[in-house]
Amino acid sequence: MLPDVNKIRTIKEIPNIDLFVSGHRLCAGCGIPILIKNVLRAIPDPKALVNATGCLEVASTIYPYTSWKVPWVHVAFENAAAVASGIEAAFRALERKKGGQKYNVIALGGDGGTFDIGIQALSGALERGHDLIYICYDNEAYMNTGIQRSGGTPLGAATTTSPAGSVIPGKPEYKKSLMDIVVAHGVPYAATLNPAYPVDMYNKLLKANEFEGPKFFHYYSPCPVGWWASESMSIEIARLAVQTLVWPLYEVEYGKYRITVNIRNPKPIEEYLKTQGRFRHLFKPENRWIIDELQRRVRENWERLEKLTKL
Amino acid sequence: MSVTDTERMKRVGLNGDEAVAYAAKHANVDVVAAYPITPQTIMVEKISEFVYNGELDAEFIAVESEHSALSAAVGASLAGARVFTATASQGLALMYEILYIASAMRTPIVMALGNRAFSAPINIHCSHDDAYAVRDTGWLQFFAENVQEAYDLVLMAFKISESPEVLTPSIVNLDGFILTHCIEPLYIWNERYIQEFLPDRKPVEAIDYRNPKTYGPLALMDYYMLIKRQQYEVVRRARATIDRVFDEYSRWSGRRYRAIKTYMMDDAEYAFVVLGSTAGTMRSMVDKWRGMGRKVGLVSLTLYRPFPEDDLRRILSGVEAIGVMDRSHTYGGPGAQLYQEIASTLYSLDEHPRLLNIIYGLGGKDFGPEDAEAAYKYLMRPDVREVWLGVEG
Amino acid sequence: MSSWPRDWRELPMAGIINIAGSSLDYKTGTWRARKPVLYPDKCIKCQICWLFCPDMAINRLEDDSVEINYEYCKGCGICAEECPTKAIEMVEEVG
Repeated sequence: MLPDVNKIRTIKEIPNIDLFVSGHRLCAGCGIPILIKNVLRAIPDPKALVNATGCLEVASTIYPYTSWKVPWVHVAFENAAAVASGIEAAFRALERKKGGQKYNVIALGGDGGTFDIGIQALSGALERGHDLIYICYDNEAYMNTGIQRSGGTPLGAATTTSPAGSVIPGKPEYKKSLMDIVVAHGVPYAATLNPAYPVDMYNKLLKANEFEGPKFFHYYSPCPVGWWASESMSIEIARLAVQTLVWPLYEVEYGKYRITVNIRNPKPIEEYLKTQGRFRHLFKPENRWIIDELQRRVRENWERLEKLTKL
Repeated sequence: MSVTDTERMKRVGLNGDEAVAYAAKHANVDVVAAYPITPQTIMVEKISEFVYNGELDAEFIAVESEHSALSAAVGASLAGARVFTATASQGLALMYEILYIASAMRTPIVMALGNRAFSAPINIHCSHDDAYAVRDTGWLQFFAENVQEAYDLVLMAFKISESPEVLTPSIVNLDGFILTHCIEPLYIWNERYIQEFLPDRKPVEAIDYRNPKTYGPLALMDYYMLIKRQQYEVVRRARATIDRVFDEYSRWSGRRYRAIKTYMMDDAEYAFVVLGSTAGTMRSMVDKWRGMGRKVGLVSLTLYRPFPEDDLRRILSGVEAIGVMDRSHTYGGPGAQLYQEIASTLYSLDEHPRLLNIIYGLGGKDFGPEDAEAAYKYLMRPDVREVWLGVEG
Repeated sequence: MSSWPRDWRELPMAGIINIAGSSLDYKTGTWRARKPVLYPDKCIKCQICWLFCPDMAINRLEDDSVEINYEYCKGCGICAEECPTKAIEMVEEVG
């Protein structure tokens, strides 16, 4: 078998270029820029970005300052996938009619902009089969507006609209299974990403360049402010999310599942939960059942993934 | 140029929706993003037919909602494409958020709007609720009186919207069912000649990775109002371009286009002001009234945004009484929408004509000669300031 | 940016920002409460800190050595936390 040239083995092979630059006003320790700078390195020119309203959009383009050195478009909150569809279709038409260049179109949305308010536009874009990349940076709540719960917030997490109350201890609902929804559209390629596994992340981003049609990435984006966690711990928390099976790293290629980072001896989920204030109330004896439930769910999900890889 | 020049144009019978679809085709649009809604559906069906049969080289994005239709249109326009969309009523309401953004981002999209009443109760027929509801969104707005005008205005709208000094989207209004679904004779261009009037779009500030720009940033109190002032002036000054393009098209087509159409206004003591297809009915009524010695005239607006206030002040000063006809209404406000604007326009005159607000034809309610007669009778009564025509009491 | 126009007539249209990467003029280093100190002798040039810095405040030089750009460093401490050889240490910001 020929060596896979379109792959890196160490982070040193990641090119030393920054198309997302300093001076942005994302919080200290934010996980988003670690995604963005590598997306812009891995996806070649010509490229254009569409950003849903959210932390990244607000903090990177406070007029007249912009942190972007690529064409960047923000229209609204719920429509990044639709705006990206339009850009992609336009470049397709202009290439055909006027000899223009086709662009790599990348849409970025947070969990609010993807799981909730943007799910319809995303579903439409995936169904229509536009040749674009959609990336959800998931920090598991509406952080930009002050930590309100979203469809991406996990069971039991405290947010400002699912507080750790004396009657209801944090979010009573489960996290929506976004990857399953996306994969059900029959997309060519979908993968989960985690900043603590940068080689895995970078190779998946590179792989997106090989497929025609909609590509989807679900990125685990640590949020020290929204999770009541230490700023310096963002990568360590992300690593624990993988090691406790909270955030399995896998990819789905035309429906074929592959686990990309195998976890043979998962750590107990408490090791992950204890790093973040949003889960602190779960350690009260009366809330123990929530930890047990979370533990059961992540294990079941992992076993399900393992079965899917064998299909 | 003569309208009988058969090499350049041909006479056909089309309904308003089909005529609009032909106009989009003749404009050689690059991208159409639209979602079906009565009474606009024939437009998207016809355009799909053109695309699927290879008669129009464009990307038809069959979006999953009107919100996405306009969102995709904005994206496509920023990428440099000539973009068309179409909707009606509820669909426009769903686009509402993006209407402001499309104009502020200066995307020269052209939209056809099959005017339809807002729910509830759900109704698919004509009101001007939708056009009025978006009057403050920064889009240029035109009203067609007939199918020919709907076709012509779409072509002109592209030229106006894409002018570098304008770069502002346009809505071409045509009355739901009355125009969208009625077959009328009209002239359409032989496609070969369209380029003379409407060459391909020359994008300004389009997406270009070699010169990367940030489109749609966050602007706070230090810059927001400056940016808005700039856009305000652009829309105000668009009038000069609109007049120029109307003149050019009038010469080119032999069909006269003006921001305002006046009929028998020179010596008129009474006037009606109207939008859309009702102008045709009213013009024949003016003929009848004139035959009876009544000094009545008619003003119909082809241009609704920017509102041609200076012209209206000039045309309407000295008139005894004006019947402002609104195919819509407002709740708890000082008169319906066009009435309010005419009243504001005339306020600076030393002597104010008396105003009557005639609310008529909501949800497609018929408006015929007998209704026009009733409107005239109310206009003669100084004690009446507002009437719901046919629903009095 | 002091050079950016303050007259609405002179602003680029549509609120477009036409200077790519203009946020480099906005120095976020003032946010910092603690600062990272690099001990080059301990550095193995692994690029972990460069890769993870959310503020692009670690410059990767030609020879793969790194330097901290205090104009933008917000002091999150990820670099010190992740450094495999403890070549970066967080200290209290003075003044």
